[in-house]
Amino acid sequence: MIEIKDLHKSYQMGKNSLHVLKGINFDVKEGEFVSIMGSSGSGKSTLLNIIGILDETDEGSYTLDNVPIKNLNETIASQYRNKFLGFVFQSFNLINYKTALDNVALPLYYQGMARKERMERSMHYLEKVGLANWAKHLPNEMSGGQKQRVAIARALASDPKVLLADEPTGALDTKTSYEVMELIQQINDEGKTVLVVTHEPDIADMTKRIVYLKDGQIESDKLVNQIRASQYV
Amino acid sequence: MFSIERWQEIFEGLYKNKLRTALTGVSVASGIFILVILLGAGNGIQNGIQKQFEQDAVNRVSVWPGVTQKEYNGLGVGRSVQLHNADYDLATTLLKDYIEYKSAIFSVWSGNIVYKKETGTYRVEGVHPDYQFIENASMVKGRFVNQSDNANYEKNVIIGQKVANDLFKNGEDPLGEQLNVSGMIYKVVGVYSDPGGEREESRVFIPIATAQKAYSAGDSIRSMAFTLKKSGQFDNAVAESHEFTQKLETFLKARHTIAPDDQGALYINNSLEQAKNIYIITGGVQAFFWFVGICTIIAGVVGVGNIMLIIVKERTKEIGIRKALGASPISIITMILQEAVFITVIAGFSGLIFGLIVWEIVGPYVEADFFTRPEVDFNVAVTTLVILIVAGAFAGFVPAYRAAKIRPIVALRGE
Repeated sequence: MIEIKDLHKSYQMGKNSLHVLKGINFDVKEGEFVSIMGSSGSGKSTLLNIIGILDETDEGSYTLDNVPIKNLNETIASQYRNKFLGFVFQSFNLINYKTALDNVALPLYYQGMARKERMERSMHYLEKVGLANWAKHLPNEMSGGQKQRVAIARALASDPKVLLADEPTGALDTKTSYEVMELIQQINDEGKTVLVVTHEPDIADMTKRIVYLKDGQIESDKLVNQIRASQYV
Repeated sequence: MFSIERWQEIFEGLYKNKLRTALTGVSVASGIFILVILLGAGNGIQNGIQKQFEQDAVNRVSVWPGVTQKEYNGLGVGRSVQLHNADYDLATTLLKDYIEYKSAIFSVWSGNIVYKKETGTYRVEGVHPDYQFIENASMVKGRFVNQSDNANYEKNVIIGQKVANDLFKNGEDPLGEQLNVSGMIYKVVGVYSDPGGEREESRVFIPIATAQKAYSAGDSIRSMAFTLKKSGQFDNAVAESHEFTQKLETFLKARHTIAPDDQGALYINNSLEQAKNIYIITGGVQAFFWFVGICTIIAGVVGVGNIMLIIVKERTKEIGIRKALGASPISIITMILQEAVFITVIAGFSGLIFGLIVWEIVGPYVEADFFTRPEVDFNVAVTTLVILIVAGAFAGFVPAYRAAKIRPIVALRGE
């Protein structure tokens, strides 16, 4: 599903060049549930942004679902994001003047789907995250956990190949974190490829494979026994 | 651009952000409203000035004698010049190619006029029939002086509207009534009104032949007045009237043995040259209001552009989210521009209509000497509105374009 070879990325900080990723080789197969860990500055968010086609590589190759991702113009990049990827952010990033349902429907709007179908499908995903009753509510009327579940529903609505979550539990308390992780585990159980960036070991333990980044390189990459979040909830 | 889905998305955005929509709309609407008010006021002042100078025919030339100030051909200083019927007859024959209307005038500065128990003092002028057109007077009732009045020394009088109002207090029909003018009985044959207002309407006209006889003036006249044939172009008209004035002056000075450079012996007043000044003044007023109007439009454009900039700034995160979810840059740009143009059009038209309504309602109440008919050329208003919309869209395009270029990760990094 994801193939990354010898990836380099550096940022210009004034006159200094900051070499963030120094040769990453990394594959993810369909249906995997991977967590990327590392201290801050290790390059884990940069890697996720590149995987999410929100940022570009300097060197090396990135192939997503057998499509090479290189030198895309903004329009193609946005189409690929829409088609291949679902995003979940730490700060939820819901549009605050749109209802939960309209937020979920937004990626489908950019696919050009008709309004009626869009709404039906969005409602289906809201039901899936257990928020059907909250469809008409605005984000500021919801709790953090509810907002993150709306964001997950939105990420799933376009039926992407990969779900990318950047610190999905970073803004949530432990109990809510586990509830969100339980939902993400269910999604993975249904066969969706999931990538989570986190610095919390207990969250990483709920995935099936942990990749440690250190100073822009992969320090370790190992399969783990998944801990079901449901046992904490 | 015309997809219903996109409009639904835009209307939702506008409806959910009522305050932002309202503020943008109000600033655009007030800009257009102020512009309409300014244009109306400018036109009102221009119309007012023009009306003030409409009282006499615009191409009028008047001649009246004075006292010599220079010795000439053995004649001394301080000699009063007296014009006669012959001067008038010869001058009109000599210069008939230029002249449209002509009249000699014998005026009695103030005549005491009595009707039954009412009396008043008014200027009495003996004139020729053409004088009606030289004065721009129009008949309310009856007729003006005619040829047979002069031929037969008829004791007929034509009175101004003001005189009629003063003397015929009970609403009697003045026509056919007898008036005692300075001791002689005249019959009222006409009532006139004059665009110059009450001052010009508090005069009475009698046939010049009658006046000369009644006041034992022989063939003396006090002044002459002419209007000149109209010329297509204003500058030509000024040139011709200047030419006419000079020929008339040369002719009369030669006849009365006046030094060609004597400034006091003969006064010739050319209203067209005055009119030229008026045109320059109104042109200046108009230019001023155009200047103010254009400044208002520029302020409006800058304002709209500024609002667009703030809106885009405020929406950076939303734009980032939309891009992460698959919005292409072009769809971001068109979304912002469509919203902006939609608000500008609706608000701009509201301001325009509101301004027009205000002038429609208030206009009739603000008539004054130098302010009348404050109207706005609808085409001008619509043109400025279109300019504002196009410029607003253009001003909005730059920030929209920049917003569309923002990398989603930069936009989303906000928190």
